[in-house]
Amino acid sequence: MLSRVAERLYWMARYLERAENNARMIMAFNSLALDMPRETQLSWKGLVAVTGMGALFDQHHQKADERNCVKFLVADGYNSSSIASCIKAARENVRTTRDQVPTDAWEVINELYRYILEHVDQGVGKRARYEFLNEIVGRCQMLNGLLAGCMSHDAGYDFIRVGRNLERADMATRQIEVGALQFLDGWDGTETYGGLLWTSVLRYQSAFQMYRHNVRRKVSGPLVIRFLLQNEPFPRSVLHSLSEVAGALGRLPRNEIPLRTALQAVRHTREGDVDALIRKEDVILFLEKLQLEIGELHDDIAETWFPVYETA
Amino acid sequence: MKKNKSIDWKNYDPNDFFDELIAAKGKPRPAATAITDYLGNLGSEEIQARQQAAELAILEMGISFTIYSEGENIDRAWPFDIIPRVISLREWETIEQGLAQRLTALNMFINDIYNDQNIVKDKVIPKYVFANSKNFREQCRGFTPPLGVWAHICGSDLVRDKDGTVYVLEDNLRVPSGVSYMLENRQLTKRVFPELFDNTNILPLDDYTNQLFDMLASISPRPQDHPKIAVLTPGIFNSAYFEHSFLAQRMGAELVEGADLVVGEDDCVYMRTVEGLERVDVIYRRIDDDFLDPEEFRADSTLGVPGLMRAWRNGKVGLANAPGAGVADDKVIYAFVPDMIRYYLDEEPIIPNVPTWMCVNKQDQEYVLEHLDELVVKPANESGGYGMLVGPHSTKKQRAEFARLIKKNPRNYIAQPTLSLSVAPTLCDEGLAPRHLDLRPFVLQGVRTYVTAGGLTRVAMGKGSLVVNSSQGGGSKDTWIVDEEN
Repeated sequence: MLSRVAERLYWMARYLERAENNARMIMAFNSLALDMPRETQLSWKGLVAVTGMGALFDQHHQKADERNCVKFLVADGYNSSSIASCIKAARENVRTTRDQVPTDAWEVINELYRYILEHVDQGVGKRARYEFLNEIVGRCQMLNGLLAGCMSHDAGYDFIRVGRNLERADMATRQIEVGALQFLDGWDGTETYGGLLWTSVLRYQSAFQMYRHNVRRKVSGPLVIRFLLQNEPFPRSVLHSLSEVAGALGRLPRNEIPLRTALQAVRHTREGDVDALIRKEDVILFLEKLQLEIGELHDDIAETWFPVYETA
Repeated sequence: MKKNKSIDWKNYDPNDFFDELIAAKGKPRPAATAITDYLGNLGSEEIQARQQAAELAILEMGISFTIYSEGENIDRAWPFDIIPRVISLREWETIEQGLAQRLTALNMFINDIYNDQNIVKDKVIPKYVFANSKNFREQCRGFTPPLGVWAHICGSDLVRDKDGTVYVLEDNLRVPSGVSYMLENRQLTKRVFPELFDNTNILPLDDYTNQLFDMLASISPRPQDHPKIAVLTPGIFNSAYFEHSFLAQRMGAELVEGADLVVGEDDCVYMRTVEGLERVDVIYRRIDDDFLDPEEFRADSTLGVPGLMRAWRNGKVGLANAPGAGVADDKVIYAFVPDMIRYYLDEEPIIPNVPTWMCVNKQDQEYVLEHLDELVVKPANESGGYGMLVGPHSTKKQRAEFARLIKKNPRNYIAQPTLSLSVAPTLCDEGLAPRHLDLRPFVLQGVRTYVTAGGLTRVAMGKGSLVVNSSQGGGSKDTWIVDEEN
């Protein structure tokens, strides 16, 4: 498989996952915002912080109100991580690898792109927001299903798997971090709304139900963090996602360096002692280290397999 | 549905033009009766609904072409008219033979002029005809590619005049495009009119990509079962990128850009893969000669592969079409194709050429300058309908400009009579109306010759317009070769 194709499949998967994650996160936060009494000042800006685009947001907006934040996350073209930008980029990556991707999958991403062009205002406005975001998640899932079910599970698919899971792990660590920063007062779940707030962090990753199944204790910061970081069977946990990355890397040729980095990240995630990291500052330090490792892993992947672009 | 106005064939009037579906007002041609009867029974709302369904399918399937406009590349939906153009199998069989005959002679000609130039020695074609051709490649002299074939893929444009005669208007031997749209148009028609395929014998098209694969495999330098085939594209911004990707996908070939390929010290061509370098046996290149190899052609080309010509001449890689094949794509050389057929094959041409005046001949030039308002003047080396003068639709200023151009560079211009291109019923804003069209069949030549059953029908969508190019607002139709005897 061409190096260029590998790179495009990898980014297609990352962009799709990013769009889907953004959609889930906004839906969860939206539902929380509806529950909270008016006087609690819920900050939509936290969602922007999760995507790592806070500085860009500040350049364009004075006010971090709901409308500006949601528009930034859903529609704004200058934000390369907005849902609209991600789907556009994912489509462009598929368009340039159409010979590799099943035709049905191309049609789904193409329709998704067209759906966003037509309906993006719904995602920004309040009334049909849920419907719009749910549609995005559904179509992303359909696409993942099509790729899993109709595309040969060879090197190309492994690059998709790597991209998707690396993005998922990256996003999950950011969500936990911002949750920890933001919900200082609800840290141990004893404050009035602490449980609700941490529940919404679980919902960012659609993890609430599975958390209930597995943890069977009240919803509190450390338990939620442990679940989202280390619960191996849950497919959106950091540990699970990084293990998937390592598994896919293990099947690729010339994989020594990226595989070593991936296995190291898996080990660090597994061994992180969240109970010992009960102090919020320690948790954040731990998560930031993990994010650095994820970034390093991306660099190793790019250096090993992707084309070298000569700067003119 | 009954109360809706249905298509009224009795009032459809092709005027004086030859209509592909209707022999005379109210009288469909035998091969077209199935479609005209069928459409006649549909309400106009129902027909509109099907046209809309087709347009939606085009967007969903992402059938597009790219145009460059106002400094931007825009991806446009492919324009498609649901009413097919119909040709009877009996007529088609003759055309098919004519196309095969033509490409065979063209390939013999290209091989001859890059080698012994017997056709010049025997005074059938004057040397200036190709010596001054922009597409004659000195780098190809003395070389014979495998099977002696240079133009493996040819798209010839056919037009039909008022009296029903089919002419070859031009041969595209460089990188002819459109075949993917021909295939997609058929997919669309199957979606829109599935009922019609049950009781009409329409020749299938789907085999093209298999035939293309087999032809490409046949020029592999390593005769083995699994040659590695690549489609070389200039990239996403090329107007035919959709087609490049489509063909690669259908053949299971790699879609590569210049930067993906490298020529090794052993003169073999390799592509950069996740496993390292992997050898490529055959390249279906969709890049013009000029950009193919910066070592031998334009040094500033970033689209090509340095050393590719060396690899090809040393027999390490197959290239289709071969570099230099475009020499026969020239509109001056076009005028000599009937002579080539007689010379190389000792046969009479089956499909006639459009009569052509060559401005490089003094007498011809005089005639052309005197009749600019009646003739179509074309530059010898352009494609896509650019740089043309259509006499009857031209202004005095345009004619003066062309007179100047012709006198300045007579070798670069030819002129032809303005043909009354045939028409076919087409859905327009005003309802069903006759629109002019042409036909581009695709011919493959390797060990054997293959002609598509029909081709890409392009339609000029404007009333009275003769411009069929999609880059200039043309549309398209599915083309049916109908066996009405079975």
